[in-house]
Amino acid sequence: MTYEFLQQYWWVLISLLGALLVFLLFVQGANTFIFSLGKSESEKSLIINCTGRKWEFTFTTLVVFGGAFFASFPLFYSTSFGGAYWVWMAILLLFVLQAVAYEFQHRSDKPVVVKAFRIALVANGYLAPFLLGAAVASFFTGSDFSVNKDAMGAMSPVISTWGNNWHGLEALADWRCWAFGLMVMTLAQTGGLLYMKNRIDDEKLEARMGKALKLVAPAFVLLFLVSAGFILLGSGYAVASDGTVSLEPFKYWHNLIASPVTLVMLLVGVGLVLASIALGILKGTRKAVWVFAPGVVLTVMALLFLIGFNGTAYYPSSSDLQSSLTLANSCSSEFTLRTMFYVSLALPFVIAYMAYAWASIEKKAITSSELNSSEDKY
Amino acid sequence: MILSSLVGWSRAQFALTAAYHWLFVPLTLGLGIIMAIMETIYVRKGDEFWKNTARFWEKIFGINFAVGVATGIILEFQFGTNWSNYSWFVGDIFGAPLAIEGIFAFFMESTFMAVMYFGWQKVGPKFHLLSTWLTAIGAAVSAIWILIANAWMQHPVGMEFNPDTVRNEMVDFLAVVTNPVAISKFFHAVFSGWELGGVVVTAISCFYLFKGRSLEFARKSILVGALVGVIGTFGVMLTGDSSAIHVAKYQPMKLAACEGLEDGGARAPFSIVPGIEIPGMLSILATHDLDGIVPGINDILEGYTDNEGNVVPSVEEKMTRGKAALEDFRIYRELKDSDPEAAAAAKAALEENVEYFGYGYIEKPEDVVPPVGIVYWTFRLMIGFGCLCLLMMLLALFFAWKDKLAGKKWLYLFSMVCVPLIFIAGECGWITAEVGRQPWTIEGLLPVNAAVSGVSASSVMTTFIIFAVVFTLFLAIELRIMYKTISKGPDKL
Repeated sequence: MTYEFLQQYWWVLISLLGALLVFLLFVQGANTFIFSLGKSESEKSLIINCTGRKWEFTFTTLVVFGGAFFASFPLFYSTSFGGAYWVWMAILLLFVLQAVAYEFQHRSDKPVVVKAFRIALVANGYLAPFLLGAAVASFFTGSDFSVNKDAMGAMSPVISTWGNNWHGLEALADWRCWAFGLMVMTLAQTGGLLYMKNRIDDEKLEARMGKALKLVAPAFVLLFLVSAGFILLGSGYAVASDGTVSLEPFKYWHNLIASPVTLVMLLVGVGLVLASIALGILKGTRKAVWVFAPGVVLTVMALLFLIGFNGTAYYPSSSDLQSSLTLANSCSSEFTLRTMFYVSLALPFVIAYMAYAWASIEKKAITSSELNSSEDKY
Repeated sequence: MILSSLVGWSRAQFALTAAYHWLFVPLTLGLGIIMAIMETIYVRKGDEFWKNTARFWEKIFGINFAVGVATGIILEFQFGTNWSNYSWFVGDIFGAPLAIEGIFAFFMESTFMAVMYFGWQKVGPKFHLLSTWLTAIGAAVSAIWILIANAWMQHPVGMEFNPDTVRNEMVDFLAVVTNPVAISKFFHAVFSGWELGGVVVTAISCFYLFKGRSLEFARKSILVGALVGVIGTFGVMLTGDSSAIHVAKYQPMKLAACEGLEDGGARAPFSIVPGIEIPGMLSILATHDLDGIVPGINDILEGYTDNEGNVVPSVEEKMTRGKAALEDFRIYRELKDSDPEAAAAAKAALEENVEYFGYGYIEKPEDVVPPVGIVYWTFRLMIGFGCLCLLMMLLALFFAWKDKLAGKKWLYLFSMVCVPLIFIAGECGWITAEVGRQPWTIEGLLPVNAAVSGVSASSVMTTFIIFAVVFTLFLAIELRIMYKTISKGPDKL
């Protein structure tokens, strides 16, 4: 295993974890419908309990995604988290609210507290995917930062410096970040609706879900086309063999056609997502979410491959091109990457027991009567 | 330019999050093992009483778990958001345990906790029991890796400084994982969780005895809970002893601060409280030898000879060598492309002093002395309250065993008073450990002023206030929900 192979291996793993996280955002997406689809208390309860059995997976995947990024590409961890401070803090706060909201809304006897924490779930549902999407958009558009490792020689060193005092919020002035953020949000909503169709057995809710899907899914497709357009038609950050970074027109398009694997992944992924939407809308298929899941994972992985491979800076600096982060200049040492490579071999085992445990408590879709008779609910 | 208040706010924010996190984590560790034992009894005996008992404690576990998770995620990401330099300078070593914690512990905990919660009517008793144990074990596995990471900050091993990448790089994973500080820290923390879990279970059970209801539930919960708590407390004592040896060896300034020891030497006394000392006791505790040398604060500042006969330089000398290392680092970075020969010479000179690299960022020798008063008193509160709780659990266990708990209102009251005390003891333990190693984020390697992010102090102050409000609100709501659930009792759930 060469150092370069290990860097690329870890980018593949980061891409996989990121892709799984995006799929698991269906929890957030479904929660946006607590009030709009859940007309009665039992319907609201059905939605909350449907997602409540899975929120820990999304949450844990986010934590593992962060930990894996820290271990494999620590310069990204220090530059992005320390620089785009407000964006990441907002994302963290939203997830923190979600973590307590399920338990607190269920256990409280005060209606105002119950409603407040349900609103927190809805807010998390809209904003967390949006902000995560906007943050990821900056992987394509670039951010305003510089990296100076020589600074460690000073008495009060700062290696990574953000170029403005907005600390990440400036991304909201870029329409591309909005488009990408809204795309991820509507993707999460689409996934949420498909997941609920699969897991909730309730005629009235199902009919409303079908209507909502007809609104949300086309919005997602439109935003996806806009996002794919600015990515593939815009300029990208190319890295020469000597490490010099420059802006290259159509860089991501070039990357796509240069890598048949990425191209196939993207086409198959997008095809599966579209097929799942079609199945959900036209045929009302309950299992559409299981077509949606691999579609999302393949699509997101392909997008992350576009920014990581083929001589590309995956976290570019728009204000200081040579500070842009590449797999080579931001990764951990060869020893650490190799050690973590062996650790990562346990992942299939982890995924297998997760799938088994998931399946063991999800044999049947939940119903209102089941919730009414059960103590084990949110 | 980084203002000193940025360091202050960044430290305050991390301390706030860690302090809140440690309110919830030890209960998860302790209650996890207690409820797993109870469910095991149920599966072995098939007695519904134990099933209901286990389910009640699992409810308490669940209420507590969510806030622990919420504060935990903030801690992980704060290394990046607030300690950006740190994240690069040592991320090559520090990131690995965090990632392993996620892969091995968090997934295990979250997966099997879902089965434990929602699976009573969906999976068989044996698979449910396995899930409960794996939830409890997942919490302990999580503790292993985060404490390996923490121990590395107290006693950095298995790495080398690389001036080309400007960071410390891992060269020996086994050394990081088997760091002796990590091993004693892990057992110390986990056993303290058992003690805390035992105290909480005993106190809640005594609450029912006081109210005269759920008597059998209370007595049997005390038998299991207090037993786990007592075992945990003895474990805390044993691992506390090995921790003292490690602190004396690797962080002598922390030990000196713990004891308020200005001038040390052989046969150093142990201070119980100011003015009351046990002669020679500190030498015995710290070195297992009455004649063992324990340096005081002044000895460390001025230099001393340790128990192996090594001359430890004064802080002033360490600073001089640290600043020389920084200068050689600057020269190396400046010349490495233009003048390889001069750069190689600078690199060689850097390697001679790299051991004291972190001292280059220190402005004056006194800066390496932690706040003695805080460390001295928190250490004593930790020990005092911990021992008091042990006494309470021994009494509760004795009377529960003899089935003579009825009418012992003094014991009920005693146990309930112990609840805040054991939480304070745990917090004090961490304050001793973390404030005691100031000004270092990584002992001797990187002080806090060289580890922070380049954000403004006002930004960090704002997020500190947000977190303070949010966490306090969460704590208040959790306490209310916990009280409501306890008031309902095991029979009405």
